[in-house]
Amino acid sequence: MKYLSEYRNLEATKKLLDELHKITTKPWNVMEICGGQTHGLVKNGILELLPENVRMIHGPGCPVCVTPLNLIDKAVELLEQGVIVCSFGDMIRVPGSKKSLLEAKAEGGDLRVLYSPIEAVKIAKENPDKEVVFFAVGFETTAPANALSVLHAEKEGIENYSILVSHVLVPPAMEAILDDELCTIDAFLGAGHVCAIMGIQEYVPLVEKYKIPIVITGFEPLDLVQGIYMAVKQLEEGKQELENQYARAVKEEGNASAIKVIQTVFEVGAREWRGIGEIPNSGYVIKEAYKKYDAETKFGIGNIKVPENSKCIAGEILRGIKKPIDCSEFGKTCKPSNPLGAPMVSSEGACAAYYHFSNNTI
Amino acid sequence: MSIENLGFETINLGHGSGGELTRDLLDKIIFKTFSNPYLDQKHDGSIVQIDGKMAISTDSFVITPIFFKGGNIGELAVHGTVNDVAMCGAIPKYLSLAFIVEEGMQVSEFVKVVESIKKAADESGVLIITGDTKVVERGKGDKIFINTTGFGAMHPKANISVQNIKEGDAILVNGFIAQHGMAIMSEREGLEFESTIESDSTNLNYLVNDLLDEFGDKIKLFRDPTRGGLGTVLHELANDVSVGVDLREIDIPLEKQVAAACEMLGLDPMYVANEGVFLTVVDASIKDEVLALMQNDTKGKNAAIIGEITLEHPNKVVMQSLIGGKRIVSPLVGEQLPRIC
Repeated sequence: MKYLSEYRNLEATKKLLDELHKITTKPWNVMEICGGQTHGLVKNGILELLPENVRMIHGPGCPVCVTPLNLIDKAVELLEQGVIVCSFGDMIRVPGSKKSLLEAKAEGGDLRVLYSPIEAVKIAKENPDKEVVFFAVGFETTAPANALSVLHAEKEGIENYSILVSHVLVPPAMEAILDDELCTIDAFLGAGHVCAIMGIQEYVPLVEKYKIPIVITGFEPLDLVQGIYMAVKQLEEGKQELENQYARAVKEEGNASAIKVIQTVFEVGAREWRGIGEIPNSGYVIKEAYKKYDAETKFGIGNIKVPENSKCIAGEILRGIKKPIDCSEFGKTCKPSNPLGAPMVSSEGACAAYYHFSNNTI
Repeated sequence: MSIENLGFETINLGHGSGGELTRDLLDKIIFKTFSNPYLDQKHDGSIVQIDGKMAISTDSFVITPIFFKGGNIGELAVHGTVNDVAMCGAIPKYLSLAFIVEEGMQVSEFVKVVESIKKAADESGVLIITGDTKVVERGKGDKIFINTTGFGAMHPKANISVQNIKEGDAILVNGFIAQHGMAIMSEREGLEFESTIESDSTNLNYLVNDLLDEFGDKIKLFRDPTRGGLGTVLHELANDVSVGVDLREIDIPLEKQVAAACEMLGLDPMYVANEGVFLTVVDASIKDEVLALMQNDTKGKNAAIIGEITLEHPNKVVMQSLIGGKRIVSPLVGEQLPRIC
């Protein structure tokens, strides 16, 4: 399989790992931003192959994990109002304050699991007497498709479609992590897919302000090992630069047409992050011109607010201050079958990734 | 079967009432299709003779969509139960067959399902000896649910038990994994994608029988990893007998298109359902001969030795990844959910 098998090659990975072992002389903390990278590291058993001095810290880049609890409650409320709620698969098991979307479905809610928000527009067209809402979560990666669904609905004059938006952005999250006084991160692996959309320019100010290496990295084993190698090499040589390991997918300027679609429908605004709280200018909100597609306004559910579970340390895990195994509930009261917080639900979540794949768990 | 002569185009509540319409449905479709001396007795039940030990297994089939690439719910209902009986080390002989039909199902679809059942039963060498048909109101079913129970005579040389498993035993599978689950996934509402992936639904009883004829009690276990996939079944095995399982990702047979579809949807093939796949645990001394026998059979031509039983990490399944790392294969929790990005 082109573009996959080459990046899972045993010999090439081993060679690079050997190089990494050779150049590593000091302890370094490297954070991989994206949940897909966490998944790749753990699933391929890369963590145990790294030099002892290279410690990976799992970042906040799991869209399911950073979606605040009250957004789940809002989606549940919509289901209970008789709205057809469409969602990406891994959102449906995340516990809300009372129930998950899956539980609301079992009680009679009309929940549809989709891969594409465009499908949700189709469902709205086929059900003109029902309201249809797409649960638009995710980072910059899913924003173009979600924005496009609104443009599709507008073009076709579909009035019964709207989106429940919880879009968050990577650079403000990185900044929030770096501003935290407990932060011990020496370098970042940037999120490859996010940069495939947005390009890499917005990371230049971060490198300059915080004097920290950022290596935009892909998701296959060889990508991950190479990204770590490039980051450690910079650290060992005392450099702080922006590098692009994932050049086969990430262009410096990003994807111009995707960015245009995002900017048509969304504007940057404050967003609440699960476990971190509200960060200014850290997400997308729907522009005034498209407010009629905003489910929060349309259904008057903007005021639903609920506190997070006090036992769950998701916030500290998402900021890289603690590891899943540092949590007293990990693997005991909190398991994928009974998650206390979102990082145990999504396969990209740091807790679930540890629980499923790591040797440290049983 | 000519549907025009049946006199009805859709199935209604009357067909499940036990009255004349039920008799019509049974005579014109069921008895006519499955006619055999046991069923033709038209009793409340069937009287059969099986000598010696028996294996019995039951399963209900509730799949959506009922027709999919490579099969339909009918043949699945035969293969699933025939294979479960075969996994016990038995030779499947008879099946019971019960339908729960949703009012309004097209008779043409029902007949297509019944004809597939007949074909699959003939190919598997089993007779349908008793059955039942109920009709539920529209909205209370999903077109059709099928239950089958299989009865098989134990193979004289079989001694299938997890308790016989010991360190060093080899683990083999008969072919490509994850085909069935991905074929169904490609046709689910909201997830449709273009592919030519077909379900691998098939009967495995003859290959299992040949293996038992040849190797007898050196075969410790057969399991068919249907729902939950290979990962879940291996995890159960490790926990049932407190042994460890070592797997090599590179040796697990995975067809390219299925691998690509799993990548695209963010699913792990280790947890995707199979229908024509079985795994077997055998004494290490015969593993190459078992592999050769399997590979000579059309239902085992892609067979592979995928791992071994170990005592080093009891209750854990550890897979060596393509790049030489190691990871735990844990059981599937709930349904495997497609990832966001």
